[in-house]
Amino acid sequence: MALGPYASFIVTSYALVAAVVLILIVWIAIDHRRVRARLHELESSGVARRSGRGATDLT
Amino acid sequence: MTLTELANPTRFLSLATRILPWLAIVTGVLLAIGLYQSAMAPDDYQQGATVKIMFIHVPNAWLSMFVWGVMSVASLGTLVWRHPLADVAAKAAAPIGAAFTFLALVTGSLWGRPMWGTYWEWDARLTSVLILFLMYLGLIALWRAVEDPSRAARAAAVLTLVGAINIPIIKFSVDWWNTLHQPASVMKMGGSSLDKSFLIPLLVMAVAFSLLFITLHLAAMRNEILRRRLRTLQMLQASKPVALP
Repeated sequence: MALGPYASFIVTSYALVAAVVLILIVWIAIDHRRVRARLHELESSGVARRSGRGATDLT
Repeated sequence: MTLTELANPTRFLSLATRILPWLAIVTGVLLAIGLYQSAMAPDDYQQGATVKIMFIHVPNAWLSMFVWGVMSVASLGTLVWRHPLADVAAKAAAPIGAAFTFLALVTGSLWGRPMWGTYWEWDARLTSVLILFLMYLGLIALWRAVEDPSRAARAAAVLTLVGAINIPIIKFSVDWWNTLHQPASVMKMGGSSLDKSFLIPLLVMAVAFSLLFITLHLAAMRNEILRRRLRTLQMLQASKPVALP
């Protein structure tokens, strides 16, 4: 696969898209872990929802 | 499962948690196929190998507008139907839409330098997409600035619906004004003017990026629901009477 005289423009475009998509995935995954950890921390200290169900319960 | 049943955040969380791994796998496979097809696509007789930038630029450009469309529908849900997940959907979509718009601008610019001889031109299409990017940033700032989520939701919904005027302007800017940006070549009356060797990888990448958006959006919505539960628990904790010695 020869990219010709504008290879740097093509490679930079793909690298940038990959980087931004990766940042989005990592950011969402870290956010999920952080919020869940904080919820568990609060629940284990005795703070509960009015319904009595855990904040991360799926039922 | 109906939309009304999905209005229950717990039910939504359960559904999202079940389908997210499958969506991620399908997205990954489709992205790999799309990237392979993009790499194997022939050079264009005018653009040469830079046509490969189109396989990532066009899906990002489509999604920049589609995500604002999703946010506009969600804003109607907030203002008209007061759907409990509408505001969550809009807020979770904004950073993802901003990222796609940023990528559309930058990849377009990187294609423009070798093809047009300039990274940037203040023509109608480029300027209206830049305005869309700034509107995404404005919305994100608004959600961060207003502490009460319901007040922020209403203000953001109004701003989103006003901003939706920009979407047809972006779409038809190449027809209404004389622009450097080429007119539509995929979705137009009389069918696409693209050869199959370019059209197929482009469509595969477009579907793959759309699935990527759905996957990221569901995951971000799940985070936002949990964040609101966290806020509720923090307020409950703060309102607990403190035992004096």
